[in-house]
Amino acid sequence: MIHSLFLINSSGDIFLEKHWKSVVSRSVCDYFFEAQERATEAENVPPVIPTPHHYLLSVYRHKIFFVAVIQTEVPPLFVIEFLHRVVDTFQDYFGVCSEPVIKDNVVVVYEVLEEMLDNGFPLATESNILKELIKPPTILRTVVNTITGSTNVGDQLPTGQLSVVPWRRTGVKYTNNEAYFDVIEEIDAIIDKSGSTITAEIQGVIDACVKLTGMPDLTLSFMNPRLLDDVSFHPCVRFKRWESERILSFIPPDGNFRLLSYHVSAQNLVAIPVYVKHSISFRDSSSLGRFEITVGPKQTMGKAIEGVTVTSQMPKGVLNMSLTPSQGTHTFDPVTKMLSWDVGKINPQKLPSLKGTMSLQAGASKPDENPTINLQFKIQQLAISGLKVNRLDMYGEKYKPFKGIKYMTKAGKFQVRT
Amino acid sequence: MTDSKYFTTTKKGEIFELKAELNSDKKEKKKEAVKKVIASMTVGKDVSALFPDVVNCMQTDNLELKKLVYLYLMNYAKSQPDMAIMAVNTFVKDCEDPNPLIRALAVRTMGCIRVDKITEYLCEPLRKCLKDEDPYVRKTAAVCVAKLHDINAQLVEDQGFLDTLKDLISDSNPMVVANAVAALSEIAESHPSSNLLDLNPQSINKLLTALNECTEWGQIFILDCLANYTPKDDREAQSICERVTPRLSHANSAVVLSAVKVLMKFMEMLSKDLDYYGTLLKKLAPPLVTLLSAEPELQYVALRNINLIVQKRPEILKHEMKVFFVKYNDPIYVKLEKLDIMIRLASQANIAQVLAELKEYATEVDVDFVRKAVRAIGRCAIKVEQSAERCVSTLLDLIQTKVNYVVQEAIVVIKDIFRKYPNKYESVIATLCENLDSLDEPEARAAMIWIVGEYAERIDNADELLESFLEGFHDESTQVQLQLLTAIVKLFLKKPTETQELVQQVLSLATQDSDNPDLRDRGYIYWRLLSTDPVAAKEVVLAEKPLISEETDLIEPTLLDELICYIGTLASVYHKPPSAFVEGGRGVVHKSLPPRTASNESAESPEAAPTGAPPVEQPDVIPPQGDLLGDLLNLDLGPPVSGPPLAASSAQMGAVDLLGGGLDSLVRPGSPCIGGTNFTSPPAAAVPASLGAPIGSGLSDLFDLTSGVGNLSGSYVAPKAVWLPAMKAKGLEISGTFTRQVGSISMDLQLTNKALQVMTDFAIQFNRNSFGLAPAAPLQVHAPLSPNQSVEISLPLNTVGSVMKMEPLNNLQVAVKNNIDVFYFSTLYPLHILFVEDGKMDRQMFLATWKDIPNENEAQFQIRDCPLSAEAVSSKLQGSNVFTIAKRNVEGQDMLYQSLKLTNGIWVLAELRIQPGNPSLTPLQLSLKCRAPEVSQHVYQAYETILKN
Repeated sequence: MIHSLFLINSSGDIFLEKHWKSVVSRSVCDYFFEAQERATEAENVPPVIPTPHHYLLSVYRHKIFFVAVIQTEVPPLFVIEFLHRVVDTFQDYFGVCSEPVIKDNVVVVYEVLEEMLDNGFPLATESNILKELIKPPTILRTVVNTITGSTNVGDQLPTGQLSVVPWRRTGVKYTNNEAYFDVIEEIDAIIDKSGSTITAEIQGVIDACVKLTGMPDLTLSFMNPRLLDDVSFHPCVRFKRWESERILSFIPPDGNFRLLSYHVSAQNLVAIPVYVKHSISFRDSSSLGRFEITVGPKQTMGKAIEGVTVTSQMPKGVLNMSLTPSQGTHTFDPVTKMLSWDVGKINPQKLPSLKGTMSLQAGASKPDENPTINLQFKIQQLAISGLKVNRLDMYGEKYKPFKGIKYMTKAGKFQVRT
Repeated sequence: MTDSKYFTTTKKGEIFELKAELNSDKKEKKKEAVKKVIASMTVGKDVSALFPDVVNCMQTDNLELKKLVYLYLMNYAKSQPDMAIMAVNTFVKDCEDPNPLIRALAVRTMGCIRVDKITEYLCEPLRKCLKDEDPYVRKTAAVCVAKLHDINAQLVEDQGFLDTLKDLISDSNPMVVANAVAALSEIAESHPSSNLLDLNPQSINKLLTALNECTEWGQIFILDCLANYTPKDDREAQSICERVTPRLSHANSAVVLSAVKVLMKFMEMLSKDLDYYGTLLKKLAPPLVTLLSAEPELQYVALRNINLIVQKRPEILKHEMKVFFVKYNDPIYVKLEKLDIMIRLASQANIAQVLAELKEYATEVDVDFVRKAVRAIGRCAIKVEQSAERCVSTLLDLIQTKVNYVVQEAIVVIKDIFRKYPNKYESVIATLCENLDSLDEPEARAAMIWIVGEYAERIDNADELLESFLEGFHDESTQVQLQLLTAIVKLFLKKPTETQELVQQVLSLATQDSDNPDLRDRGYIYWRLLSTDPVAAKEVVLAEKPLISEETDLIEPTLLDELICYIGTLASVYHKPPSAFVEGGRGVVHKSLPPRTASNESAESPEAAPTGAPPVEQPDVIPPQGDLLGDLLNLDLGPPVSGPPLAASSAQMGAVDLLGGGLDSLVRPGSPCIGGTNFTSPPAAAVPASLGAPIGSGLSDLFDLTSGVGNLSGSYVAPKAVWLPAMKAKGLEISGTFTRQVGSISMDLQLTNKALQVMTDFAIQFNRNSFGLAPAAPLQVHAPLSPNQSVEISLPLNTVGSVMKMEPLNNLQVAVKNNIDVFYFSTLYPLHILFVEDGKMDRQMFLATWKDIPNENEAQFQIRDCPLSAEAVSSKLQGSNVFTIAKRNVEGQDMLYQSLKLTNGIWVLAELRIQPGNPSLTPLQLSLKCRAPEVSQHVYQAYETILKN
């Protein structure tokens, strides 16, 4: 199972180590550093690195490498999933997961890690159980602790862990009972030069924030459940019921959780809400190139497209760009060759555009590669797949909860080739 | 007020200060101090000096303080074992605490203290905790057994903890079950032979029930454990599949992949006609696709596994090509894997899309990726014939970009396309030739030279082109040199008149000025061919080449089947069986897919009848290295095979000093000639006909193997045993035995090809051994060994090889080479193959020698269960050259005096005492005397083998 964990920052310092079995010398990380050096960018460090006696599995998040050391045959996905869970937990505990924050809370971090694994076996990874065992630091609690001498370690058995609903703690009480569900869809797409879609898929999630007293039993039904043919559920969802009736029936965890994630693949037609018109031309002889892009709405079901940003990695040969946007602001970094244009909201009457010239390296032949345009946007009150919640019911408790559903569509990895 | 303040105390007297604070009376101060200590520990500072002071803080009601002290103990107990004992009492007391959290914490921490003295005290509390009323404690205790096993395996077995752990599999609480399974799996990994997880339908049922209720991690352990089970028939397999399928919708990707493993494995048992089979196939696709929307690290592992799944069951993902399209900001490791799968999924239906994508990738920035994309275009052309034309024109477009590495890759793949579709796309050669100068990588240069040589008759200035390469011949890599040699010989055979000078130049460069044996050998072969029989040379060098097959990089079916059993593990990421990389000598049990067995009812239907693995379609793969003929045809564009021991073996057979002849005698009048060129055969003395063999086994037909396997009565021959399993030798399985007949020893081998490709070029060599055993002739495998074929060979041996004492004495290390690789194995030969025919000693001599050999050299053995009379024993042994010199009857017992001689002249004298009447009860008493007492043990074993068979 998982032997040790090293946290390494981007400059290659090991700033935290934790061992669940015997101590593994930190020199094992040398193999990791070697691989890191070979990879040009941090993102490209391979996630599985063999060494003579161990295997190093790593994830890279928030500019920190989380490197797990294993010695025997262990499913690598298990380790990688766990590492992501560690990062999520830190984020949950401290709001952000960064080197200074981890250093600030090193004892809590250490205690949390100790609770998450025992001898390399996962012990408690559900955030609400962990929080019962080790209370997250808050300014108020730290002050109170200093005065009263009490600690942020809970002294009770994590009761939930052994019940039939291990994800929910018992004795939850709220004065305002509320349940909110966010249906968030991200469009991953590749659009080719001519504007036709090469691939498009939707990654959807339903995130919930449920603050309900007692042991509520919820059912959530959809207008068009047939859309959901590829789903992953939170363990609380009763799978049988879904299989037979296409209804989500569950006792929710307390607080924030991801109820469901789903995938609408390319076979079902995915609507593309924006289009990009572009004309980028380099000429062999001239040291000037022309650049023009326009962004416009396509299938938006009448909703406004907001928060649009356009980024593009320009070829190395581009020295500088002189551009004028019709709206928003733009920057070009001549070192990284990154162009970014913060467009904002698209006004369908007056489409935003960015045009101007590029100055190219004199004498160099025209670049081999064409820049790819990356798009970010948001559409409120719309789930682009057409998914709609029909109704939410609560059983098992007497009170009337306040319910809310929100929809949102975002760009995921949305790329336009030129 | 954050923890960072604990990092600020880096002053000199830090340890001293902490010590004072730890011993403070104030609780609060103590706790702060412990926190500082922990903080220092976390960042790797050595605070072990504070051990006694920290342990003193352990007796406290404050849970946080206790936990912190426990953390400290786990880290440093190992370095201070004597001090750690101080903590034992508190642990034992805590294990009785009314609060289950504290009980669990204590037993958990105790298990983490890897000190022998402490583990002794751990046993009692652990036993109680394993039976604790609280499941939380039980589940913690289950893991603790695994910890203890890691520290002291014997103790765990002696204390019977393993049985208690097995009982926990039927616990009422699913978490306890999951942890017990996890602990047992981990223990089983270090004990592959022990049958710890003995699964039967009842325990499987319990696991399946627990599967639905335990945590995601528990589900992984249970699923991995389920995958080791072999259902008794297809009905059971189906019912397990049905209960595992819901796990495919789990949010945790590791759960999904473990479930996929179980399904892929058990699916093997289901009949393809079953409706359920089709349903299952359909259910597998979406979760695999979903894995690709996860974080890149997860994607990578998923892709490596999908690569296996696609090879095993391409139908699952055949419609999902698009999800493998590369996004430009994917990490490089994801991009490369996606590309690989795209090619595997490419078919006539989607080739247009794939090509368009690949062309797009070929203009990206990342060099490695671009190269692979270009190569992929070539692979598409070879795989999907209809697309070849489009692929070639795409490649030509790419060559026009003049981007150096793109051009080079394109030329390498175009060469493969020419191999697959000869005489179809030669019009592009002109374009290729334009780029000759820009090629600086050996592979591309070699490919280009091959093309020029192959199509020499259509390229007007082929000789000029090749000549230009020849200038820097010695600076080229071997690959290019070999190619150039062959290309020029081809050119010569096609246009003999103009290129005579060129061919002489290259032959002399290759044979005289080169240190590379491969190059020299090839040079000489060409030279001899050209000089002895130009027509044959033409036939050999310009022979029709076998077409290359579409997928040369498929994993062999046996390995693939094994890897399918390891989906989701490191083995699946590396595409190697665990035995190939798991640490140490721990035996690894090979897993294999279950055979398809039908349940009783369906057994009657014919389609369900076949048992054993379903027939796998065997694509006709041509070996990339080629046999010798292929070698001459320069199919070896890969790196040259290195076969260190074999070079020696040919030398042993009588090395031919081909160099002695020199090339200056190459052109001499009056010899067979082609196209006006005269070649003399090399000096005859240098090449005795019978020694042609070492040049290469491809020509070894000259050497006729005379020793067949006869049925003459000889010494005892053991049945053939597998010496080299196919798993270890890339599909070559060798089994064999040793025989001795009429004074000659031979090794009877059976070679079986369990790989996909044809095997050729067999050769064998022995390491030095105790008795100088060595092959008396080269290994003769006359025809290439096709897949699933086997061949029986008797290899004559002599004992004139070099001698080195081996441990054990009769150990023989063997290297076998074929066109794929060199494999090593070792075997023990029975000593009686070394008993010579003239081993009968004169009576007087026997007596004198018996007395002469000191008594400490006498060894006594017993041979049990041998109900033979003295006569039978005597005649049986005689057959194996153990000679009875005298027989006496002493006190009702038959005494046989025997002698034997080993090939190296060592005499062994024996006295065999047989109890007549009830020989089955009393063992035979064997006394052996020999001047070299170390052989006695093996002589005894030989006796036992001979007498019992």
